[in-house]
Parts: sequence; C-alpha cells; structure tokens
Amino acid sequence: MNTLEKITSTDKILQQINLVAVPTWAEKQRALALAAFIKQGIPSRKHEEYKYLNMELLLKDNFTFSSNKTVTANEIHFAKMVKNAIVLVIANGVYSEELSTIENLPKGLSIQNISAASDNELFKKHYSAYADINSDAFIALNTACAKGGIFIHIAKNAIVETPIHIIHVTSATKNLIVNPRNLIVAEEGSQAKVIESFEVIGSFGHKIFSNALTEIVLGENAIVEHNKIQNGNESSYLLNTTQVYQNKKSVFTTNNFTLDGSFIRNNLNIVLDDEHIESHLNGLYLTNGSQIVDNHTLVDHQQPNCNSNELYKGIIDDKSSATFNGKVFVRKDAQKTNAFQSNKNILLSDDGTINTKPQLEIYADDVKCSHGTSTGKLDEDKIFYLRARGLSEASAKKLLMHAFASEVVEFVTIEELKAYIETKISERFK
Amino acid sequence: MLSIKNLHASIDGKEILRGINLEVKAGEVHAIMGPNGSGKSTLSSVLAGREDYDVTEGEVVFNGKDLLELSPEDRAREGVFLAFQYPVEIPGVSNINFLKTAINEIRAYKGLDPMEAKDFLALVKEKQKLVELDGKLANRSVNEGFSGGEKKRNEIFQMAMLEPKLAILDETDSGLDIDALRIVAGGVNKLKSKDNATIVITHYQRLLDYIVPDFVHVLYKGQIVKSGTKELALELEEKGYDFIKEEIA
Repeated sequence: MNTLEKITSTDKILQQINLVAVPTWAEKQRALALAAFIKQGIPSRKHEEYKYLNMELLLKDNFTFSSNKTVTANEIHFAKMVKNAIVLVIANGVYSEELSTIENLPKGLSIQNISAASDNELFKKHYSAYADINSDAFIALNTACAKGGIFIHIAKNAIVETPIHIIHVTSATKNLIVNPRNLIVAEEGSQAKVIESFEVIGSFGHKIFSNALTEIVLGENAIVEHNKIQNGNESSYLLNTTQVYQNKKSVFTTNNFTLDGSFIRNNLNIVLDDEHIESHLNGLYLTNGSQIVDNHTLVDHQQPNCNSNELYKGIIDDKSSATFNGKVFVRKDAQKTNAFQSNKNILLSDDGTINTKPQLEIYADDVKCSHGTSTGKLDEDKIFYLRARGLSEASAKKLLMHAFASEVVEFVTIEELKAYIETKISERFK
Repeated sequence: MLSIKNLHASIDGKEILRGINLEVKAGEVHAIMGPNGSGKSTLSSVLAGREDYDVTEGEVVFNGKDLLELSPEDRAREGVFLAFQYPVEIPGVSNINFLKTAINEIRAYKGLDPMEAKDFLALVKEKQKLVELDGKLANRSVNEGFSGGEKKRNEIFQMAMLEPKLAILDETDSGLDIDALRIVAGGVNKLKSKDNATIVITHYQRLLDYIVPDFVHVLYKGQIVKSGTKELALELEEKGYDFIKEEIA
C-alpha cells in the first residue's frame, strides 16, 4: 500500500485557487473553469503542445495568488515608452484605475474594470466566448481566477488614433501567480491600436508567473493593430494567451516582441470566421542566457477568400532555447485561402536550441499555402563584405543582426514604439 | 606601395597561387589577365584577407606593413579596397548607414573623430555623381534589388567614398553592357591619382580600352608568366591565351 503520494503542481495550485475570491457574476463560469482545470491538469511533457517545456517543474514551487507588494506610480514611469498613449495599468494581475490615465478618452472608446462590466450586454456576449476552457489548462486557470481585468470597447465606426497601452506590471517578494484577463471588442468599422507590455519590478530571487489572457473580437470591417512587448528578468515567467475572433473584412495585425524574461510562452489563436478577412502575425524573439521562449500560433481559416501572413524571426544565443510551432488550419469550406508562414532563426552559439515546427492542415482544395523555416548562422559572405570595407567583425555582426530583426519592427505603425524597440535591439547587440 | 614576393596560396589543400611576384608603385595601373582557373579571384581574395585561403609561402608588403598579418578590416583601414566581382546583397542594411559606419571606423583607426553628419551627406551627394548613381539607390539596402550594372557602380561609389590607396578591381567588367562599362571605368579614372594605385583583374581586353594600364601581367596556372605594356593585352585579344601556353611550353 503506497501512502506516499506526490503532490503535483496542479494540486498545489488548486489549494491556492480556492482562496481567490471572484465577483458573484463570475461564479458560474469559475465553477466550470475550475472543473476544466482539474480535468486537464498542468500539462506534462507528454502533452503535445507543451513537450518542449517543463511546466510541471516550473510550477512545482509554492505560489500565492496575491502579491505582498503594491506598485506605486513612480515605479512605472520607465514602462511608459509611448508618451502619447492612453495608459492602463494592470498591477499584479489587477486593473488599477489610480495608476492609469483615463481622463478625456476619445469619443467611441470606453474602458471598464471587468467586475463593473458584468451588466453590459456586449460584455456578456463576448466575455469568455472565444478562449475555450477545455482546450488548455491555462485558459481554464485564468478563467477560474480572473477578477480584475479590463474591458475595452471601441464603438461602431469609431477610429481611435491614440494608442491604448496596457502595462502589465508585477512585483512581489514571494512566488506569485497572477491571472490578468482582458477583453477588447472592436465593433463594426472601428479602428484601434493596442500595446500590451509586460514588465517586472525588482528581482527578488522568486518566481513571478503571469498567466495572462486577452480576448480580442473584431467586428465587420474593423482594423486592429496589436503590439506586444515582453520584458522581464530572471524572476519572470509569462504564459500569454491571445485569443482573436475576426468577422468579415476585418484586418488584424499582431506584432510580438519578446525581449527579456526567464520563460515566455505565447499562445496566439486566431479564428477567421467569415470571408475577406486579413490576419498578420509577426514576431521577434531575442534570447540569451538560459531563457526559454516558445511561440505557439494557430490560424484557423474557416471560410473562403481570406489571407493570413506569418513572419516570426529569432536570434538565439548562449544556452537559450526558442520554439516555434505554427499551425494553420484550412477548413473544407475555406476555398481561395492564401496562408503564408515563415520562421527564420539565427543561432549565435553552439549551445542554443531551436525547435521549429510548421503544421499545415488543409482540407480545401483551391488554396495557396506555404510554410518555410530557416535556421542558420550569420552569412559569412556578408560579414566579409562589411569587414572588407573597414567594419570590425563585431560591428559587422551587429549590423547584420539588427537588419535581421528590423524586418519585423517595420510592421509596427506607432513611431514612438518603433523607436523604443529599435533602441532595445541596439542595446542587446552592444 | 605593394610588393608581392613569391606568394603561394591554397584552398582545401589545393594550391592555386604558385609563386606570385608583383611590384605596384603609387600612381600606377596594373592589369592582371588570365584564363579561367588561373588564380585571378584567388589573388584578390588573398589580398583582401578571405580566411578560406591558406597562404603557404611568400610575403605581401603594403606601404611598409606586412599585409598578411592584418585582419580584413585593418587592410581596408590601411587603404586597400576590393571591388567584388559578385557584390553581396545585404537586405536591411542601408547603403548610407553602412558607409557612415565604415568611414567612421576607418577614421577611428587613424585617430580621427567621426565625420559630421552634414559633411557625410555632402560627400555622398558629390560622389554619387561620379558613377551616376541617383539619390534613391543610396537610401536603399546594400545592393538589394540592384541590377548587375548598378551593383558594380555601387562598388565604385563606395571606392569614391572611402578613398583607398590601393584599389583592386576584381573582374569589374563581368556582366556589364557598354554603357555601364563606360560609367564604371569613367568613375575609376576620375579617382586615379599619383598617390594611389589600381590593380585591374580582368579576363577580357575590352575594359582596358577604358582603364588604360601602365603594365599588363598574364596570370596562368597560379603564376605571372609574362608582363608587358598595354600592347600585350591587345596581343592576347588577337591571339587568345593559347599563345601564352605555347610560349611557356
């Protein structure tokens, strides 16, 4: 008789979840999500979608669900890289109106704390309608715990010029799990630019695990640009799910820049549920030390005449590892789909690891789909050409790496953000 | 300026240069001609410092310095310029940014301060005219989408910007039509002075009608087998390389 049972990370988390209070309106959803979380459990390496990560090991420590530190206004100045933006701060997983700048919002834009939005019909219609709690344990976990996120609503035909900047910031002196949850609804004909940045304040030798989930819905003809900046340090672990649902003729562009952090896993899922939709997925990851970055994307073409383009580029150094798994589903009815995917990696050290797995499942017969991946070192001929003109080997390599990374930066249309990213890239290649 | 003595070089164990001897003084234009496989590209690669090649014997002295001891960037900084036969495309690196970095690294090597931005732009405007390269090309990425002729003109534009002491033109005429050839040669000629020197490596005599050499050397199987003046080039044109092979046989 074996009485010594190993306590799994799932068990530990469950012990803590029950201490997290959620608003009354969320209780039914929480119960369902909790059940889904228990059923799935934290994925082990045997789970196809998590085989390159050891989630069980990552989450085996004791975590609390609320931080013992408060974030002050002074502490977040550094994170405001776009001066002309509507700043919304999520501190330790909870939306903080005091730290945000929400006076004089442009016409057509409304911002509410999720707990206050529960009476809103639009909110009720879309909240949790897309991120499926039965498809992933972390979606289930977030849905079970979510309490203080943001509901952003862009009204029909409203064109919001000022970027909306959501700053996720965490700070704690003990192991912490936060589950920030956002919903962005861009109605018919609306346009908006969103930035989601992730920052950690202080490094205390503990683990700060952020299980962040944002659902984005685009109405007919809506145009949304979504930029993610992922910073962090050796204490920060990020699992970021972005679930997108697009209606007819909408255009969605997402540019993901993973610049720092100990561990970053991005789950980007886009459903194209009508005709003449465009989806652009771009990503850049710069890894070094022992960082682990894993980008999982899913583009689901359900209807005909849609276009999707994916470009993910990475520069991997030291003992770091990067994974790219790009799935494209083209359903039976999705004729005349154009779906292109490309993953390019530069490996700077012999100890780095790159896993790249394109996955195309095509059930329609009149489509144009392609995928390509390349992994290599910097081109010797290019390096020699630059050296033969007087550049040192280090300068030549820096120039080439910067050029490689810049291709993705070009997709960002917010000038201040572009400049910020270029500076971060330059600093990395000093 | 340049003194090559008994230079032997090989790649992957195969010996290509078998004892090259060459003296180039300031103000001179030397042409090196030879059939395919004679070692023309190897010579320019070894002089520029390509690490694929092993120098097994001999020495190269450039303005009193041992050139073979210097890294490729130091050779460039000392004043050696190689106009590549097949210039690479470097997407994402603008011509302007690249040249500014190059000029400033060369200046730093010489103990000078970086060039002022406005002086640099004025220099670009001036030198562009030499090879009829318009403003639009200068702002593009290095050689990206350039035609063969534009790439070669871009090489000479860079040469004009960097003002080297020794220019090595590696089959600069290959793939060029008459008009492009005329512009490239015109640029080279305008840059010639009594203080610099040029080595023109070519397969055909045609280029030498435009860039008139003081000396012509024939490279065959890794050695310079015959030297002369520009008449030698005309003789080669008329008789082909066979007559050289017969002469040394």
